[in-house]
Amino acid sequence: MCLAVPGRVEAILVEEPLARLGRVDFGGVSREVNLSFTPEAAVGSYVLTHVGFAIACIDEDEAAQVLAALAAATGETP
Amino acid sequence: MKHIDEYRDAALARSLAQHLAARVSRPWTLMEVCGGQTHAIARFGLDQLLPPGLTLVHGPGCPVCVTPLALIDAAIAIARREDVTLCAYGDMLRVPGTASDLLRERAAGRDVRIVYSPMDALALAEAQPDRRVVHFAVGFETTAPAHAMAAWQARRRGVDNFSLLVAQVLVPPAMAAILDAPDNRVDGFLAAGHVCAITGWGGYRELAARYRVPIVVTGFEPVDILRGIVSCVEQLESGQAQVENAYRRAVREDGQPTARALIETVFEVVPRRWRGMGTLPASGLALREAYAAHDAAKIFGPPAEPPAAAEGDCIAGEVLRGVRTPRDCPAFGRGCTPAHPLGAPMVSGEGACAAYYRYRRTPTTAVTP
Ligand code: SF4
Repeated sequence: MCLAVPGRVEAILVEEPLARLGRVDFGGVSREVNLSFTPEAAVGSYVLTHVGFAIACIDEDEAAQVLAALAAATGETP
Repeated sequence: MKHIDEYRDAALARSLAQHLAARVSRPWTLMEVCGGQTHAIARFGLDQLLPPGLTLVHGPGCPVCVTPLALIDAAIAIARREDVTLCAYGDMLRVPGTASDLLRERAAGRDVRIVYSPMDALALAEAQPDRRVVHFAVGFETTAPAHAMAAWQARRRGVDNFSLLVAQVLVPPAMAAILDAPDNRVDGFLAAGHVCAITGWGGYRELAARYRVPIVVTGFEPVDILRGIVSCVEQLESGQAQVENAYRRAVREDGQPTARALIETVFEVVPRRWRGMGTLPASGLALREAYAAHDAAKIFGPPAEPPAAAEGDCIAGEVLRGVRTPRDCPAFGRGCTPAHPLGAPMVSGEGACAAYYRYRRTPTTAVTP
């Protein structure tokens, strides 16, 4: 139940504190998502959505750093 | 899809497994706290990539599974009222109560609805003002802000016919209870990444220090989980016991401050009964007095205690504490299947029993305790 699915914010529909609403694309399926808890999410951001609420805005820099570090480590592994 | 596929890369997973094999010098037992992680481990066979001696046990992080029988019975009793529309997440409908379940109640003509979000239940209450709409608010810290928002909006907009039957539980007290148990075998935790997305990870420092146990905040994809395991094992091998964040793309030290503030406004911390684990102090949330008009436990009365023997042969309690695995249960796959579940861990997609049944019906030899 704590599953949260990543999707890309396509549009901000309501810009109001505690009622912030956006449209999020989950690999081709669009849904309205409450963005009240992720004020930093903008169009193009990826958010993790759980029971209709974005619970985190994915930090692209952190994601890229980790993947780069992992790729480097994989390359070195015999 | 982006932020999924990269973390399912088989070569990367194998390389992490090799790294792990080189690091492990003696047996360790790690617990993945969240049922979503249990599901991914079974689905991708991650435990079969682990070196011998490294054991994963499954934790209590399945909200459907830990909701006590008394609350399931309470939801059923509320659903039987003529004036009530009961809303619940899909998994809750099949969880057996003492004498019935919500699916059977719906088949018998009760107004039971599956909702995706508590806001859908709130909208339903606004659309049918002559009915009382009760949302079965089950979940961990991940779900708490959504339920807090529904209650807060209901109060602010005066939606008097909307209430929550709250079964909201908190993860850290359950981790402490697992560590306190005399039969505990957990050396380190993979903490639930999406719980931490809300709460942040700062609060786990106290737990790590008190029990000298490493806690690694971990995501849900195969590479995330293996990274969490690597960090946890590296700490154990070097004698450390710290909180580490291996899910940085989604989790910050302070979590989501707006969500935390709303939880604090709407809920207070209370003792909660967990299925199979008894009543744990300060382990759940209840609506504050200001929200009494939206509290189903106050409107319809507190849940009655079910008969003591009602949980039957099901060893869900031990499965949820990681002391035994579903395969230790005599009913597993025989009397108890997803089509005819005897206990909640066989119902929910996050339950360890359902995960084993779906992906692992025959015993494997890859993991040696
Ligand atoms: S297999 Fe069924 S009866 Fe056994 S512990 Fe799991 S849910 Fe309970």
